[in-house]
Amino acid sequence: MARTFMKGSEAVAEAAVRAGCRFFAGYPITPQNEVPEYFSRRLPEVGGVFVQGESEVASINMVYGAASTGVRSMTSSSSPGIALKSEGISYCAAARIPIVYTNFARGGPGVGSIQPAQMDYFEATKAAGNGGFQMIVLAPSTVQEAVDLTVKAFELADRDRNPVHILADGVIATMMEPVELPDMMPEEKVKEIRESKRKWACVGHELDYKNRAWIEPGHWLTSKQQECNEEAAAMYEEWKKKDVMVEEYMVSDADIVLTAYGISGRIAKSAVELLRKKGIKAGLIRPITLNPFPVEAFEKLDYSKVKAILDVEMSIPAQYATDVEAVVRRRCPVEKCLCSGGNIMSREAVIDAVMKIAGQEA
Amino acid sequence: MAECLYSRTKTIQEDKVSGFCPGCMHSTVMKLIGEVIDEMGIIDRTAAVLGIGCCGLQMDYMAYDNITSPHGRACAVATGMKRANPDTLYFTYQGDGDLASIGLAETVSAANRGENFTVIFINNGIYGMTGGQLAPTTLFGMKASTAPKGRIAEEHGYPMHVCETLNQLTAPQYLVRTSCNTPQNVMKTKQAIRKAFEYQLAGKGFSLVEIVTSCPTNWGLDSLKALDFLEENMLKEYPLGVVRDKG
Repeated sequence: MARTFMKGSEAVAEAAVRAGCRFFAGYPITPQNEVPEYFSRRLPEVGGVFVQGESEVASINMVYGAASTGVRSMTSSSSPGIALKSEGISYCAAARIPIVYTNFARGGPGVGSIQPAQMDYFEATKAAGNGGFQMIVLAPSTVQEAVDLTVKAFELADRDRNPVHILADGVIATMMEPVELPDMMPEEKVKEIRESKRKWACVGHELDYKNRAWIEPGHWLTSKQQECNEEAAAMYEEWKKKDVMVEEYMVSDADIVLTAYGISGRIAKSAVELLRKKGIKAGLIRPITLNPFPVEAFEKLDYSKVKAILDVEMSIPAQYATDVEAVVRRRCPVEKCLCSGGNIMSREAVIDAVMKIAGQEA
Repeated sequence: MAECLYSRTKTIQEDKVSGFCPGCMHSTVMKLIGEVIDEMGIIDRTAAVLGIGCCGLQMDYMAYDNITSPHGRACAVATGMKRANPDTLYFTYQGDGDLASIGLAETVSAANRGENFTVIFINNGIYGMTGGQLAPTTLFGMKASTAPKGRIAEEHGYPMHVCETLNQLTAPQYLVRTSCNTPQNVMKTKQAIRKAFEYQLAGKGFSLVEIVTSCPTNWGLDSLKALDFLEENMLKEYPLGVVRDKG
């Protein structure tokens, strides 16, 4: 597949279609309006369905319904819209329905600002809805990575029968970059995936009291509810063993380790390159999965040599830093370079912060 | 040789009991849905989208596929299911709080889009499972656990007429209000459900069967007095009949 030049939001939508997504419901919200707009043009071309829901709440519930029939289904929104979807996301997690949804995050709280931000880390990784469920959370730092992770998200969702969340931001949504798109999934494969879910899909079954489809986002029996929660918890533990994805860049000899996810990770990476040219031994740990968290990347640091870890994050107060502090356990200081409110992280600010830790003038 | 005059529809699981309160009409309506599915021979391509509340009590004893929707969202969930999988007959089963209060936007929007599924709407004028709170359909003079003096227009507004409200929209195919208070009305309800299902199978779009029912437990009446109340009060506010039938 040749490289093409695409806007992030449209590239994600195209990647989803190529990964076999045949249903999308969404509601307009900046900065990701191109996602529903693209799907509205593209899905009918491949026999898929696009619905503009009457609300964010309705849209996620349409996706819950569509995915319950076995069709790969997706929704997308930005921060305030994602908050509204939390009800339906929790139902999908409870009923173990595979869906994919993206948050092209913007400034918050409240209506916040329409510019890019990373204010939804806790929501994505800790409490995307009621009831303590978890999802694999993927954090792309480039349009290419957003494309690749969209394909991966559908695979993981079907593997686990669980929602998968892509936490991106307004930069990824609105920036244009060269990307290599995946090949279009053959229609037979799309059908095969759908057919493989037929046993549990809510599509009607021959009269059989025991084996009908029963999509249960809750249980009358507390013992059954506990059993389901235990099964889910065991699955979350498995993720820690097999699904962690992290980029470690020039970490092995680093004495100042930057850590950041998503667009901040990309900015921090370019800061590391410039710092190295200045002779400063900087490195970067960039989680690609925010959940499961890349604990090992921090565990294997030589804390006798690492002077400090610098959290680079577009959130005030810091959120991601809390998880970093939890794994570092005071073995070295965790400093912070923050911005918020829709302001994009400045590479100069990152470099200044590192220089300050290094005890040098910028 | 004994002749079998009546047997329970196979769409109700043989070894299960309903669990509804005495005098509740949910069990009657479910029997009718079961019989219609049985008679049409469509169990292998039928699924229910259940609202939250007493509506959901059927999930364990009916035989069809089902999904529980978040409170009020049944019409959105059914929209996704039917659009993604048009060959299956989908019906929502919702109470008045679910459909006309927390789910009003989903109900009106699905009706306005002319979504090709069926809504079975149980209107008993009160929240059942949560203990008799004020519903959009609660009558004047009907006490509720959150309206101890009963419905007051200045405070709570007026009883909502769902069929008539939806009748303002262009898209709906079939809007009908029935009850299950007499054998004749039970039969009419069954016919209405069948007609709605047939319209759906013919691809004619949105149909809604509103069934005016009693809730003896939360009305604070025994089963027979609840029937009297239904006839003397509920049916005056919610007259029975076909509100729209595009044919």
